[in-house]
Amino acid sequence: MLISEQKPFEEILSSLDGEKTVFLIGCKGCAEGCETGGEKEVMEMRRKLEEQGKTITGFSMIDMVCDEPLTRLKLKAHEETIAASDSLLVLCCGTGVQTVAASADKIVHPGCNTVSSGGAHAEWREAERCLECGDCILDFTAGICPIARCSKHLLNGPCGGSQEGKCEVSPDLPCAWQLIIERLTKLGRLDRLEDVVAPKNWSVSLTSGPPTKR
Amino acid sequence: MKAGTNLEKILESGAFAVTTEVGPSKGSVASVIQRKGELLKSWCDALNVTDNQSAVVRMSSWASCVLLKQMGLDPVMQIVVRDRNRLAIQSDVLGATALGIKNILCLSGDHQMLGNHPSAKGVYDLDSIQLIQMLKTMRDERKFQCGEDISGEVPIYIGAAANPFADPFEYRVIRLAKKAKAGADFIQTQAVFDVAKFAKWMQMVRERGLDKQVHILAGVIPIKSAGMARYMRDYVSGVYVPDEIVTKMEDAKEAKEEGIRMCLETIEELKDIEGVHGIHIMAVAWEDVIPRIVEAAGLMPRPAL
Repeated sequence: MLISEQKPFEEILSSLDGEKTVFLIGCKGCAEGCETGGEKEVMEMRRKLEEQGKTITGFSMIDMVCDEPLTRLKLKAHEETIAASDSLLVLCCGTGVQTVAASADKIVHPGCNTVSSGGAHAEWREAERCLECGDCILDFTAGICPIARCSKHLLNGPCGGSQEGKCEVSPDLPCAWQLIIERLTKLGRLDRLEDVVAPKNWSVSLTSGPPTKR
Repeated sequence: MKAGTNLEKILESGAFAVTTEVGPSKGSVASVIQRKGELLKSWCDALNVTDNQSAVVRMSSWASCVLLKQMGLDPVMQIVVRDRNRLAIQSDVLGATALGIKNILCLSGDHQMLGNHPSAKGVYDLDSIQLIQMLKTMRDERKFQCGEDISGEVPIYIGAAANPFADPFEYRVIRLAKKAKAGADFIQTQAVFDVAKFAKWMQMVRERGLDKQVHILAGVIPIKSAGMARYMRDYVSGVYVPDEIVTKMEDAKEAKEEGIRMCLETIEELKDIEGVHGIHIMAVAWEDVIPRIVEAAGLMPRPAL
């Protein structure tokens, strides 16, 4: 099971700054098990966001969000509602957030941090898309993860080695930052990359060693 | 003055700067870098020392910079974020400052896969823009990245790189703007072989007023042979060499002369582009040619400030 923790509500709220209408997505897989994105948590999130003056345009519970064909199918049923919303808030692991980003031309906000894969893999097998860094940054990267997909884990990419959409490491490897910029350009939100992103907190990542008390 | 280095004085005076670079040796002998320093001393305003360039291990940049500083040169210490985390970088910066090394160029660095230790673990704790910001905070606020106070001043002149020839092209100016915002004082660009594309990039730079915020030094590389042109075109990360340049080198009777001629032609064109405040000559394994190029480009004598 992929282990996720819900982000602090203040962080979620700040990521929704300037947006009025939000569509919620929950996961009946791992996130339900972790009590971070099951129906109960999605309803609770709806209540808290409405309290803050947000309009929740709808929600969808998917079993499981990392199952790409299923997510596409489920979101299709909400196509018009999603199109009319400012953004999507996704309560599940990082792979699920990226599945949603790949399935909808809409800004996607992660509601959780993925702290461990628990030795398991998500259903989207074509690429490992979440490195369980514990401090999800998909919010400003258009739902495409530069930790998992940029060879240098850049937060202010791309580096000077990006050529024709490919990484300097291999012509077979897409440049994650090219993908991020293309998607933000398409969504008309390239402004999200203007600010300098501060150094990352790696202490919550497994790359810093075995997990300790968080 | 932020650091009072020769490079800063030249750029702040409005003079057209000439910088160049050397790679340290793959060994422990001091005379290798000293010889290069001796050769280039009178021909440039500042001398970059690469930091394990192309991810190939060499003598450390800071130690090589000290050797050059002792000879009276103004070194530019390069730092890549590939090999050291924020602790190591900050301690190196303090040490370098104490030893009089005050120009620092912030880079991502070529990926370790491309060098001679491809099985190494890449660090990438910070990226190059975060490195710029960290150095600026160290200098202007006398604080470490964690927020704790630094004792003493950290007078450094902060440089960064820009590659107008990497993709996506339209985003490259936004990235330069981020580097300026993070705190870069000067910029060295990747080598220019396509002046038209560079001029287009500079136009976008001027439209955002960035040429007023940072001093831009345009990079040039004199090409030694047709083989080198082909190699750079096909294998060197981040360098864009148009086919036309390769053909010219292949057709030339005397390849070296053709390489020098093209380099001088490029410098002449770069001088005329508004917002270009100097050139940065990267004569890869051909440092001997630098005095001739600087002289022929009409950039001698170098101002003494």
